[in-house]
Amino acid sequence: MFLQFEEISRSFGGVSALSRVSFCVEAGTIHGLIGPNGSGKTTLINVVSGLTGPDSGRLLLEGRAIHRLPAYRIAALGVARTFQNIRLFSNMTCLDNVIAGQHGRVGRALFPRLLRLPSVRLEERQSREDAMSCLARAGIENRAGAVAGSLSYGERRRLEIARALALSPRLLLLDEPIAGMRQREIEEMESLFRSLVEAGVTILLIEHNMPFIMRLCSSITVLHFGETLTTGTPKEVAVHPEVIEAYLGVRG
Amino acid sequence: MEYLAQFYAVYGSLINFIGINAILALSLYVTLSAGQLSLGNAAFAGIGAYASGILTMNFNVPYPISVAAGAGLSAITALVIGMPVLRMRGIFLAMATLAFGEVVRIAAVNMDITGGAQGLVGIPCKTTTYIIYGVLAATTYFLAVLRGSKIGWSLAGIREDETAAMVMGINTSYYKTLAFVLGAFIAGIAGALYAHLNFIVTPGEFGFSAAVQLLVYNIVGGTQSVYGPILGAFILTALPEALRGAGVTAGSLRLGVNGVILLLVIIYLPNGLIFYLSKKYLSKKAGRSGGTVQSEV
Repeated sequence: MFLQFEEISRSFGGVSALSRVSFCVEAGTIHGLIGPNGSGKTTLINVVSGLTGPDSGRLLLEGRAIHRLPAYRIAALGVARTFQNIRLFSNMTCLDNVIAGQHGRVGRALFPRLLRLPSVRLEERQSREDAMSCLARAGIENRAGAVAGSLSYGERRRLEIARALALSPRLLLLDEPIAGMRQREIEEMESLFRSLVEAGVTILLIEHNMPFIMRLCSSITVLHFGETLTTGTPKEVAVHPEVIEAYLGVRG
Repeated sequence: MEYLAQFYAVYGSLINFIGINAILALSLYVTLSAGQLSLGNAAFAGIGAYASGILTMNFNVPYPISVAAGAGLSAITALVIGMPVLRMRGIFLAMATLAFGEVVRIAAVNMDITGGAQGLVGIPCKTTTYIIYGVLAATTYFLAVLRGSKIGWSLAGIREDETAAMVMGINTSYYKTLAFVLGAFIAGIAGALYAHLNFIVTPGEFGFSAAVQLLVYNIVGGTQSVYGPILGAFILTALPEALRGAGVTAGSLRLGVNGVILLLVIIYLPNGLIFYLSKKYLSKKAGRSGGTVQSEV
C-alpha cells in the first residue's frame, strides 16, 4: 500500500475538520478526493504534506509513519504539493521559482562556490536545464524569464505544478489544479497528469470539476463533514446513494 | 599622490565610518534576505564592540583574536535569543529584537566592566582603513556567493513564502536562525572594528536610532543586490559631510534630511537605488543571466 490513512482526526477549536478518515492510495494511480465545500479535503492534504499534524490516527507512506514529521522532511521523502490559493515566489522569475524548488536535489554547496571551482558551473547548467524541462512539462517554458507575479491565473497554476515537479516527487498532491483554466488548458493538464503517472508518480487530486475527475481517476474518496463517505471507482461513486444525497440533498 | 594624502587627512575618518556602516548594513541585509525584520543588529554590534574592547584592554588579547571573539559572542547570543524570537513574524519579530536591543543597552549602562554610562574608554586604536575595507570586501564577496548557494536560495524562498518554502523541503527554522546568527556575526565584526577605531564606545551608540539607521541604509540602497546596502550606507554616511560642504550645518537638520531621502526613496524608488541603477546600466548583464532576480543582478 503506497499511502495509507488510518483513522485520521483533526479538529480546529471545537470544529471537527476530519474525523477518523481511513482510505488507501495505490501506487502509480490518480486518486480523486471530492466532497462539498468544508468537507475537509484541503485539511487532509495539509496533513499529508505536514503543514497540519493530525490529533489522532496514523498516516503511512510505503509503510513508514509520516504524520509526526515536519513538512520539510515529508518533502524530502518525495511528497510535493500545490495550493488551492496558489503560493508562488511572486517576485522571482518562473525559472527561479523552479530552481528554488530543487532544494533537496541540487547541492549548491557554499565552499566550492567561494573557491570558484569549475564543478559549480556544471552544477548550475545542469540545474538550469532541469528547471527548464520542468517548465516545459507544465507547458510554461515560454514564460521562463517572466516574473511569477505577472502571470495569468492559469499560468500560475502551471508554474506551481512545474515547481512541484522540481522536487522529483513520488507523490504529488494537487489542490484544485485546474480551477480557473480554459478547456484547452484543462486538456493539456489531463495529458500532463497521465504522463506523470506513467512515469511512476502517484497523484492525490482534489477537484470540483466532475467530468475531469471521472475521466482521470482510477479511484475516488468522498469526504462529507470530515468523514469518509466512501471510496471506490468513479462508476461506483457516481451511483452511490449517500454520495448523491450529500451532493444533491434528499428529495423531500 | 599628495592630493590623495591630503584628502585622506581631511576625510579619513569619514571614509572609515562609511566602511563600518556598510558592513553593518550588510549584517542586516543577511537577515532581511530571509524576510526577517530584525532591529537587534545594532545591539549585536554593541556586543561585539564591548566584548572585543574588554578583551583587548583587560586581558591583553591580540587584536585579531579579540575581534573574532567579539563577533563570536554576538553570534552565540543571536543563536540563544534567535530560537524563541524567530518563531515570531513581521512586526512582532521587530518588536522582540528591539526589546533585546534595549536590554543590551541598559546592561551596558549598568555593568561595571563596560564602564557604565561613560562607556569603555581607552581602547587601543588598531583598526585601519585597509582592515575595514578588507573586511568589507570579504563580506561582500561572501554574501554575493552565498546568494547563489543552497543557503541563499532557501533564504529567498522563505522571504517570498514561508509555507511554500516548507513544503518544498526547506527547513525554514534552521535557515532563519542561520541568517539571524550570520547577521549577528557580521554586526559583531563591525562593532569590534569600530571599538578599535574610535578609542571609546558608549551604550547610546548601539541604541534604537542606530538600529533604525541600518534599516534605512537597506531601504535606500535596496536589497535586490548585495551592493544596495553598501550604496545606502555610503550615501547616508557621506551626506552630512556633503551638506556641510554646501553650507548646511549638521545637527537636527541632518536627521530631517535623512527622513526626506527615505520618504522619497520609498515613494519613488520602492526597490531601492541599486535596483534602478542596475536596470539602467547593467541591463545587458542581467539579460545574459536570464534576467533573474535571485541570480546575481
